[in-house]
Amino acid sequence: MSFITELGLYMAENYSTLLSLTLEHILMVVYGLGMALLVGVPLGIIAARYEKVAPLILSLTNILQLIPSLAMLAILMIYFGLGFETMVIGLFFYSLLPIVRNTYVGIREVDPSITEAGVGVGMTALQLLYKVQFPLSIPFLMAGLRVASVIAVAVACIGPYIGAGGLGKEIISGISLQSDVKIYAGAIPAALLAITADLILGKIEKNKKQRIA
Amino acid sequence: MIELKKINKVYDDGFQALKNIDLTFEEGQINVLIGPSGCGKTTTMKLLNRLTDYTDGQLLIDGKDIKEINPIELRRRMGYVIQSIGLFPHMTIYDNVATVPKLLKWEKLKIKERVKELLTMVNLSPETYMTRYPSELSGGQQQRIGVIRALAAEPSTILMDEPFSALDPISREQLQDELVRLQKEIKKTIVFVTHDMDEAIKIADQIILMKDGHIVQKGSPNEILANPVNDFVREFIGEERLGTTVSLPPIGELMRKNYLSISTNLSKQETIDFMVANQVSELPLVDEQGGYKGVISLYKALKSKQTNLVELADQSVVTVEETTDVNSIMEQFLQTNPIIPVVSEQNKLVGVLETSKLLDAFHQIFKNKSGVA
Repeated sequence: MSFITELGLYMAENYSTLLSLTLEHILMVVYGLGMALLVGVPLGIIAARYEKVAPLILSLTNILQLIPSLAMLAILMIYFGLGFETMVIGLFFYSLLPIVRNTYVGIREVDPSITEAGVGVGMTALQLLYKVQFPLSIPFLMAGLRVASVIAVAVACIGPYIGAGGLGKEIISGISLQSDVKIYAGAIPAALLAITADLILGKIEKNKKQRIA
Repeated sequence: MIELKKINKVYDDGFQALKNIDLTFEEGQINVLIGPSGCGKTTTMKLLNRLTDYTDGQLLIDGKDIKEINPIELRRRMGYVIQSIGLFPHMTIYDNVATVPKLLKWEKLKIKERVKELLTMVNLSPETYMTRYPSELSGGQQQRIGVIRALAAEPSTILMDEPFSALDPISREQLQDELVRLQKEIKKTIVFVTHDMDEAIKIADQIILMKDGHIVQKGSPNEILANPVNDFVREFIGEERLGTTVSLPPIGELMRKNYLSISTNLSKQETIDFMVANQVSELPLVDEQGGYKGVISLYKALKSKQTNLVELADQSVVTVEETTDVNSIMEQFLQTNPIIPVVSEQNKLVGVLETSKLLDAFHQIFKNKSGVA
């Protein structure tokens, strides 16, 4: 009981620091995901449209995902130096696979009869893509984004090792100072972030799906 | 008008899907392509909007070679209805129906008017349905939307690929009826693919029966029912359906051979006496060689001052030839003449069909039929 009050007191005292760390954490995730969306969606579309390059794109993004996060960040640090941007690039690489793969699957999963109807009424390939195929693949894309965001929130916690901020800072300093309070003060908001992102994106995904199904 | 001339289609693996197809889809008619699965009916239809291409031959649309027409433009001026309906699930009914007008960049106001008009045409209230999504509609309603989506941009031709086959029997009947009713208003060239002979007979102006990539027989439903060219056609139509028309006896059996007639030698008074004596109101007039000269009506003979029998005779009475198909005589019935003279090719009177006798025969046939059922 006393530990909880201690934690509460600590968080109340340091709330402005914790808030700015949380904001920094969110920013890293949002930038990383944003870049992954900008690059991943077109890659997914290309993979869906040109069957031949699909294995190449999918296995490349898969490999990125397979590299252990600490190793990846360390390697990135060699080339991009310490700091916030390096972390964003790392998160971008990590989010790429779920987004590319889900865009790819989403477009491939569009009912062939709907595609045929689109072609049959005289849509060009591009019109078919942005009027029919892409909108219909959004629920899949949202599912990918949801997975990516949870991963990104988690990976962002090791940011301080490469000189980026975020809630990881609190956790890591907690580890070095052997302070349970500090560890929890970092871990709880990080976990809440992941849960919130999952809930919100899950809700959007469900909404989109309902209408289409 | 759409003409297919000696069209062949061979797939890369050597399979010949279409063999020497010669075909004309008449303007403003419902042309039904029918046959067992794999017969090439859908392939033939998909040639028309270039969803598939042919290997050799020629396909003319209003006299223009289809290969010279941009496929995108071609498809926009041809309505297309598919079996699985294929509505865009993420769009409202309004956006679905407005698809082609939007692609053609019509004005917003014009599109809106058109969508309302179309929804009203298929008895769906625009206020209720415009903002709904396809998943909120029943199967029958969805396919109504599918049909009006195809009609939206006023195409001259509409392609329908087994549009009603996925529906329950009641909706299917309703939509068939609606299509026939709509066609009376819109008069489009419709190319309709089906494997259901009942459907074909119900809606078709022209039936094209296909098998293994070639045309077995084409013609109006009546022609095909009356004269199936071979066993395949007969089998495909089904004995039961053939029965409804073929079991009518030929004209020779139905007509009375030695019917009374009036010779042109008789005077008017003799004619009247003859008819009164025999208690008939109308008799055919023949000359000495047995040539048919018209029908004398007792009422007219008494009333008119004309004494020349040939002048007196009613020439307008419809006659049928010995070789006429009995089924088509049914149409003559509508003319409400109590007798129909039957003449030979040389216009000689052979006998007379009495409508009462014909009706008797029909009654007999239908009594037997209902007795069996």
